[in-house]
Amino acid sequence: MTDSAAVANSAMAETGNSHHGEHPPYQRHHFETVDQQFDATNFAMWLFLLTEVMFFGGLFTAYLIMRNWYYQAFVAGSHQLSIVWGTANTAVLIASSFTMAMSVWSAEMRRKKSLLVYLCLTLVFGLVFLGIKGIEWHEKWEKHHVPGVHFSVESFVNPQSDPAVYNEYHDAPLAPDMAQKTEEYFFLYFAMTGMHALHMVIGIGILVFMIFRARSGAFTNGHVTFVENFGLYWHFVDIIWIYLFALLYLISRH
Amino acid sequence: MDHISPVLWQFLQKWLTHFPLFPPEASKIAPQVDALFYFMVLVSLIGLTIVILLIVGFSILYSQKRHPQAVQIEGSTLLEATWTIIPLGLFLVMFVWGALIYFRVYTPPANAMNIYVVGKQWMWKVEHPGGQHEIDMLHIPVGQPIQLTLISQDVFHSFSIPAFRVKREAIPGRYNTVWFEATRTGTFHFFCTQYCGTDHSKMIGEVVVMTPDDYKKWLAGSTSGDSLAQNGERLFASLSCNACHNARPDARGPNLANVYNARLTLSDGQTVTADDAYLRQAILNPSQHITQGYAPIMPTYQGQVSEEGVIALIEYIKHLDSDYRIQQTLNTTELLPDSEGGKSAPASLAPAAQKETKP
Amino acid sequence: MSAATIISLPDQSTARIPKVNFLTKENGLLSWLLTTDHKRIATLYLISITFFFFIGGALAGLIRLELLTPQTTLMAADTYNKVFTMHGVIMVFFFLVPSVPATIGNFLIPMMIGAKDLALPRINLLSWYLYMIAGCMAIYTMAAGGVDTGWTFTTPLSTHYLNTHVISTGLAIFVAGFSSIFTGLNFIVTIHKMRAPGMTWFRLPLFVWSNYAASILMVLGTPVLAITLVLVVLERTMHIGVFDPTYGGDPILFQHLFWFYSHPAVYIMILPGMGVISEVVSTFSRKRVFGYTAVAFSSVAIAIFGFFVWAHHMFIMGISNYAALVFSLLTMLVAVPSAIKIFNWAFTLYKGSITFETPMLYAFGFMGLFTIGGLTGVFLGTTGTDIHLTETYFVVAHFHFVMVGGMLMAFLSGIHFWWPKWTGRMYPEKISQLAAVVTYIGFNFTFFPQFILGMLGMPRRYAAYPPEFQALNVFSTAGATILGVGYLLPMLYLTWSLKYGEIAGDNPWQATGLEWQTQSPPLTENFAEIPIVDHEAYDYEWLEKQTAARQQQEVA
Repeated sequence: MTDSAAVANSAMAETGNSHHGEHPPYQRHHFETVDQQFDATNFAMWLFLLTEVMFFGGLFTAYLIMRNWYYQAFVAGSHQLSIVWGTANTAVLIASSFTMAMSVWSAEMRRKKSLLVYLCLTLVFGLVFLGIKGIEWHEKWEKHHVPGVHFSVESFVNPQSDPAVYNEYHDAPLAPDMAQKTEEYFFLYFAMTGMHALHMVIGIGILVFMIFRARSGAFTNGHVTFVENFGLYWHFVDIIWIYLFALLYLISRH
Repeated sequence: MDHISPVLWQFLQKWLTHFPLFPPEASKIAPQVDALFYFMVLVSLIGLTIVILLIVGFSILYSQKRHPQAVQIEGSTLLEATWTIIPLGLFLVMFVWGALIYFRVYTPPANAMNIYVVGKQWMWKVEHPGGQHEIDMLHIPVGQPIQLTLISQDVFHSFSIPAFRVKREAIPGRYNTVWFEATRTGTFHFFCTQYCGTDHSKMIGEVVVMTPDDYKKWLAGSTSGDSLAQNGERLFASLSCNACHNARPDARGPNLANVYNARLTLSDGQTVTADDAYLRQAILNPSQHITQGYAPIMPTYQGQVSEEGVIALIEYIKHLDSDYRIQQTLNTTELLPDSEGGKSAPASLAPAAQKETKP
Repeated sequence: MSAATIISLPDQSTARIPKVNFLTKENGLLSWLLTTDHKRIATLYLISITFFFFIGGALAGLIRLELLTPQTTLMAADTYNKVFTMHGVIMVFFFLVPSVPATIGNFLIPMMIGAKDLALPRINLLSWYLYMIAGCMAIYTMAAGGVDTGWTFTTPLSTHYLNTHVISTGLAIFVAGFSSIFTGLNFIVTIHKMRAPGMTWFRLPLFVWSNYAASILMVLGTPVLAITLVLVVLERTMHIGVFDPTYGGDPILFQHLFWFYSHPAVYIMILPGMGVISEVVSTFSRKRVFGYTAVAFSSVAIAIFGFFVWAHHMFIMGISNYAALVFSLLTMLVAVPSAIKIFNWAFTLYKGSITFETPMLYAFGFMGLFTIGGLTGVFLGTTGTDIHLTETYFVVAHFHFVMVGGMLMAFLSGIHFWWPKWTGRMYPEKISQLAAVVTYIGFNFTFFPQFILGMLGMPRRYAAYPPEFQALNVFSTAGATILGVGYLLPMLYLTWSLKYGEIAGDNPWQATGLEWQTQSPPLTENFAEIPIVDHEAYDYEWLEKQTAARQQQEVA
């Protein structure tokens, strides 16, 4: 078919919209108004976060049941986590949430430079978080606490063999069968922090993409939906971490 | 038909003589389940008939030819309430009736004779308390409540006896129980109904229901000499359990006499009943089940003792309050009510079979 | 149907398919692969799910052939296990879950609510790509040797005891799950935010309501399945996990998590089908749906109650007797809305003006078979009878009555009903009526004997079975061949009609939905002008006035 026919036909279809005046370029063709577009995408983001809650909900359920069954193993396992690194990471993520909120604000205020600065800061905080997480994971690797890969219960049947942790908590040795269950703890630890880190990696990927777009002024022209929705995602990932921090690091401390 | 195809004829003959539409009712619960089943079939048929009558009737009455102009009707709260409340009522009747049967099937009577069944890819291992082992066979006496304690040593299996209308999942890591009382002698299939891998469809066995006399003969003829509890005793010694659980004043482990079904206080303050499941856990995951006043020094026996071994140990511990040897003699050979062994065993432990076989 | 028909086609000598429509707007493969038009994506989905349906159907044929004899004659037991597993996986995750929502729903929901597209067209395309990636993974799995866990992935069998391709299957379903999440999310957003002026919630067609309810289930249920499968995959690779008791895990936890999705999943499958039936029954009896609000709310009620009944799959697994009691009671409650729907549809016929075109025949088939499927569900939800009937062919028969007898009938009904809208051409009426009847007969022959088999105690997933079950299995296999013909016929004549079918015109059924008030096939933007809705759904008087006004205009 010819293009002219298409144009002729779609011209008729456009008449319905013409009395709304000119559309901003970022309005997708199937929305009637910018407000509708914003409402819809924003609502979609909240729904997506709801699915994420259900997703992590499955992990939390498994964690709580296993913790209830193997309480001592989970306490001993959590003593292996460094509260310093954990707190540092929490601080980093909260800071990144703040810079993300500032990015949204900058986009709304149409301040391109500050938007770029805040996005870059968020990116840096995100990378720092992953870096610290990497250090923690590496430490687990060194201590043979990675489940499935020559996992060792030495630190739990014989706590003195791990002086750094022992001097802090003076854990009694676990019976061998309970010590085995620490692998369960680390399985869930890696599954949960791994899932969270995967979300961070995806977030960082999108951040890089946004920084490139922002350099050409994409989000400072009044169309802030993308930044705002990404902000929601980022805050959500942050909140998940707060829960992980509490469950994995904190609740077993006395 | 014969001259057309002899093969087809054979088939037809076989089918006509071999065409069950309803399974035999061979247990006490079966007629009760079937009564509910028939009730539900009846309700369903009535419901289905109403729906079909409505559809066919309206289709004829209000086809376009007869009724060219539709009359628009909003709805009718009264009618809708009717077909909300009546099905709900019927469903609730089914629910209550079904729940009564469910509780009956899964609540064994106190006098039931316990038989252990271990599922494994792809066979059923049956352990009688008298020490008889069977594979894919289950011999039981008629008219005696039988409780099966089921466990799997690998994946999920499910023990189903259609003629008895009972079924229970055999799950790795925990005991499940089911009970039944056969009402007529004969041989019936039992199946594994939970998909369990390649040869799932070969996990078929037969339950042989016998008269008490035949059962007695069978017990005597199939005993290996030792009861389950005796096997347990041997295992208890060879695993050196008695190094700690020896009832001496300075023993490092709690005394196990009379521990079965007793209330225990654990080191974390919880109280538990020492039933089969608890004893199994205490053997395999001892550190979660430390009795108050004892140190957590017991090693785990996970991987060192098979499910049958655990069963033998439990059976041994169960009988630690009495002379289980007499018990064993009872179970294997002396089913007669007036036997010597029967009199010497404590009344609470005398197998129910005795009472049941009294004329 | 000579006399009694509502088909009103334009004069075939002058009628033409509109030159500009969503199918012809752009040409070339890329214009399809990069499209964001919901109708094109629906078309892509239609082609791909048909493909998977025939793969799943071929596997079903193999199953029935194997079960012709009591021994394993056609294939070895492990092959049989792979065949039924792939049949289940493909039919559940690649056909039933996306069938009505992703094809008919995708095509219709924007049009029914008077929007130009779904709210998130690119996400919609992404969801098709995810579906295709998942599909390729499933096909890879089959080619590489298959998987034999059963579609239920029971642990520890799936995590520990099998050396088939569990991981690639698990990941395929994971990806397919996200496709389903995005579809559901898109529908919810669209229905909330994209309705045309005047299209209030209670003016929505019931098809939209039922898809809305199904979408809630997709959005809330599917992520739980996703994380469960992730945990299964991790457990398989790391040899430690939360489901296998030898590692200290709990296999019952897997059952809870799996059925938390997979029970609502059956409502994801059936609810959109119920929506189709509402539309079809109303149109072919020229009458508004009896008790619109009751039908709409019953969809939502099914979605809500559907989340709290999952443990009725576990009555014999050793959950506490009281838990079984609660879940049985809730199961009874979820059965009621389905009963309401059946009676409301039946009473929609009352004082209507009924004609019996193919979509209506399929809808009647749905009502009969779904009633049986639903009532036998009560047998399984009742604790006492469930003990005997669960894990037998009774379950197989029940499930297929609901899914094949219900859902597939509804799907075919919907495909025939909206075929003229989709392609601009009519399907051949006589042969399609024949196909509907053949399907119905074949279906009953195939699956009714399985109820009796189940009552007799024949376990499901058996490659070989005791000989006393053979007679009924032969019946079932014979029926399956008829059923196969019933499904091949539409495939053939629908393809034929793409070129040779009669020109349908805008509204061949004289139906009231907004989708019928635009050209067939529709424009890419759906409507030349966004409609303003001033009437309730199924308002046939409004339609008559509209038609009269249009005729007057033409005369003038």
